[in-house]
Amino acid sequence: MNTPIRRLSVLIAALFTALLVAATVVQFTQSKSLGAMASNKRTLLDNYSRERGAIIVGGQAVAKSVPVEDQYRLLRTYPQDELYAQLTGFYSYAVGAPYGLEHASDDLLSGDADTLFVRRMTDLITGRKTSGATIELTIDPKAQAAADKALGDNKGAVVALDPSTGAILAMVSHPSYDPNPLSSHDLDKAAKAWRTLSNDKDKAYLNRTINGVYPPGSTFKVVTAAAALENGVATDENSTVPGPPTLDLPLTPTDLPNEDGRACGPGNKTTLIHALEISCNTAFGSLGLELGGEKIRAQAAKFGFGDSLQIPMRVSTSSVPADLNAPQAAQSAIGQYDVRATPLQMAMVAAGIANQGRVMTPYLIQSVRSANLDIIESTPDPVELSQAVSPETASTLTKMMVSVVDNGSGARAQIDGVEVAGKTGTAQHDPDKPPHAWFISFAPATDPKIAVAVVVEDGGVSGSEVGGGRVAAPIAREVMEAVLDR
Amino acid sequence: MTTTVEPLTPRTRRGAELLLLLLAIAIVLLAWVTTDLNRNGTVPGNIIPVAGGFTALVLSVHLVLRWKAAYADPVLLPITTVLNGLGLVMIHRLDLARGQLGSEGDAYRQIIWTTLAVVLAVAVLFVLRDHRLLRRYTYVTMVVGFVLLLLPLVPGIGRTINGSQIWISVGPLNFQPGELAKIALAIFFAGYLVQTRDVLSLAGKKVLGFTFPRGRDLGPILVAWVLALLVLVFQKDLGSALLFFGLFVAMLYVATERVSWIAIGLLLFGAAVAFALSAFTHFQKRVDLWLDPFSQDNLERSNQLANGLWGMASGGLTGTGLGAGRPYLTSFAESDFIFPSLGEELGLFGSVAIIVLYLIFCERGIRTALGVRDGFGKLLAIGISFSVAFQLFIVIGGVTRVIPLTGLTTPFMSLGGSSLLANWVIMALLLRISDQARRPMPEMPVGVAAAEPAPAEVTQVVRLT
Repeated sequence: MNTPIRRLSVLIAALFTALLVAATVVQFTQSKSLGAMASNKRTLLDNYSRERGAIIVGGQAVAKSVPVEDQYRLLRTYPQDELYAQLTGFYSYAVGAPYGLEHASDDLLSGDADTLFVRRMTDLITGRKTSGATIELTIDPKAQAAADKALGDNKGAVVALDPSTGAILAMVSHPSYDPNPLSSHDLDKAAKAWRTLSNDKDKAYLNRTINGVYPPGSTFKVVTAAAALENGVATDENSTVPGPPTLDLPLTPTDLPNEDGRACGPGNKTTLIHALEISCNTAFGSLGLELGGEKIRAQAAKFGFGDSLQIPMRVSTSSVPADLNAPQAAQSAIGQYDVRATPLQMAMVAAGIANQGRVMTPYLIQSVRSANLDIIESTPDPVELSQAVSPETASTLTKMMVSVVDNGSGARAQIDGVEVAGKTGTAQHDPDKPPHAWFISFAPATDPKIAVAVVVEDGGVSGSEVGGGRVAAPIAREVMEAVLDR
Repeated sequence: MTTTVEPLTPRTRRGAELLLLLLAIAIVLLAWVTTDLNRNGTVPGNIIPVAGGFTALVLSVHLVLRWKAAYADPVLLPITTVLNGLGLVMIHRLDLARGQLGSEGDAYRQIIWTTLAVVLAVAVLFVLRDHRLLRRYTYVTMVVGFVLLLLPLVPGIGRTINGSQIWISVGPLNFQPGELAKIALAIFFAGYLVQTRDVLSLAGKKVLGFTFPRGRDLGPILVAWVLALLVLVFQKDLGSALLFFGLFVAMLYVATERVSWIAIGLLLFGAAVAFALSAFTHFQKRVDLWLDPFSQDNLERSNQLANGLWGMASGGLTGTGLGAGRPYLTSFAESDFIFPSLGEELGLFGSVAIIVLYLIFCERGIRTALGVRDGFGKLLAIGISFSVAFQLFIVIGGVTRVIPLTGLTTPFMSLGGSSLLANWVIMALLLRISDQARRPMPEMPVGVAAAEPAPAEVTQVVRLT
């Protein structure tokens, strides 16, 4: 009977081998992927019991973990409630961290990032409890508060940049929400808050500054003007451009009219600077016809359209469609048709012009510090995204935009003693709703410290350029004043 | 062929056993102290009496072996000690997590069961001086085995836990009689097959190179099959059915050396499983859970498999450390899922160590089967070794997703008295048989011993083909 016993022992060895392989697969090969599963309660509890890094603005924490007496030990709190909600997102036991920096910088905040590897190793050796890194933001708390206050109950977004670096100084999106109930340890309360937020018809969870894509309307005329100057279609701000009451579009029965139905200047002609001051549709429409779609698209791309940015949150891509025919090019030249831009993108346009044509890559994280405040990484020197226009073109565009504020549609952005450059916009998006009101600007025009883009949803007045100037420009002014200490 | 027969006096190896046993006790105590240090930051207050009691308990088995089975295998007792001890530590650790302390805790009951199991094992060593005595009770064990196996179906005492009716309740005690049925049936199979193996192995027709048995010789395997089917259908317990039928087929193969029995067995069992799958949603759900334990629907239905896997995954290579993980998140963490619980806190290194301990346990059993001289002993030793290996495969394979999850206990570790008693008896039987296997032949005049080969072998069947 020894032969079958030996054969059976081979079977037994095979059974044990299967168990050893299975244990290795579960505990080694798949260890990470099993751990990363969303419904894995152990991972959530692990993350909760580890001290998560704080998010700091101007020396004050806007998100921090405070010790509490319950099984999760640490409660994530957001001392400023709604003000920074779209920046921080939230960290919820019920639904994880789907938004904001809590999501995009989770590896740093939780301490899992590769850059923290050495630190984790020393923690392991010294027995110190691993904790997440603290993130310090570029936000200027005064600008943030001013933007929040000025936007008020309007739906919309405000974003401000430092033109010379790309640092984001303010980032406000309304409506906002309070992240605290979402991170509550009362799981029913958290789940209820999450249901309310995720079903919100105004999408309060959306950071409109980077994930809201809007038709940019007349603010896009700045890009068209840049393309005209760069391509020699116009030589300077005083170049003559056509300005009839309506522009006859080829290939289609529709015309492109001015909002007020009048010509932009005597003899159906005007200057480039005046066309921008009064936001003359027919002037920029005909520039669009002359330039063609591709040149407009190429100029927009130099300002960052079509790029996917991460600040570190992912920014929705702004776009000018390819293969535009002549009437589409004319529509696109005034920021209509299918041109789409995020408020951040339009702030980058303003900032690029302010910074002598150099568009800087926007960023939100100033520095990353370990729990005991050693700097782990500070943002490297500002990175140039592209040279969008020549310094000469930039200075011509600056003159034109200053004139918009001084003599044109952007008068409400004027600040005493400071030269402000800006451009209004009114973007149609739905025939049954009022248009979106836009304003992009920077100041001081000679030595820019801040560039701002404001969009107020449904804030314009149909058939008039008034909206951008009346609703959006004052908001931009408040933010600029906050940064310039006026 | 000439062979020189050297006068061989094998060493008893009891000294080696003592050393291994001390090592085993040290491992268990270290695990216990680590657990309490990690949970409470203190060494357990009752360490002196409990550790002393545990040490005395297993050392008493060692002393009984010196006295009653001096040539028994030296590795079985230390392995059993480590496995039983780690099981106790994990059950105690889960008690701590639930705040059940002292006599309220599961560990308290498990210690009492461990003591009873050791007493029973010692009794087996005392009473059963030669395993061949068991052959006398072949048909008694058959009846006992069948009754135990089907006892949970008796109305009034049978209880359904977790979808399977494999428990009985008598007063405050819950018992899984299937565990003890396993031993009774192994004894019965060994006794029965050693009688009938000639017929079962020799008669038959040759078809396609395989010798197939005659129709009337199919009786025994059909009876075993029907029994397994009854367990499957009425107790809804695929694990037990698989274990008993697998045990029978394996022993049938060893007794007859005919592969055709395995083929027939696989066919019959395949048919039974196919029937069960098509007829009962209970099994379909199990298979569904096995294929995709992480889908939202399945997680809502039963998350224990997923939880066990997440637990093991969170342990990674080195584990969280005893007392520092979260095995209590998994339901049945102290019984069916005690292996994932240990895997979580001891890591892959610990999991592999535990599996290898079982492997060595089974290997010693196989070695015993190879070494013992009588056919009954061979069949019994390989039978119970195989049952331990196969049961381990079914339960650990279930929690690591090698096969669908079915409810069996992890030998020596799971919470539960019946399982502990049964497995300590299995160990006692293996010790007894291994003592017989390694014990030197009774003194005989040298001339006689050289002239005649081992007498036991002469009585073996001489194969005709």
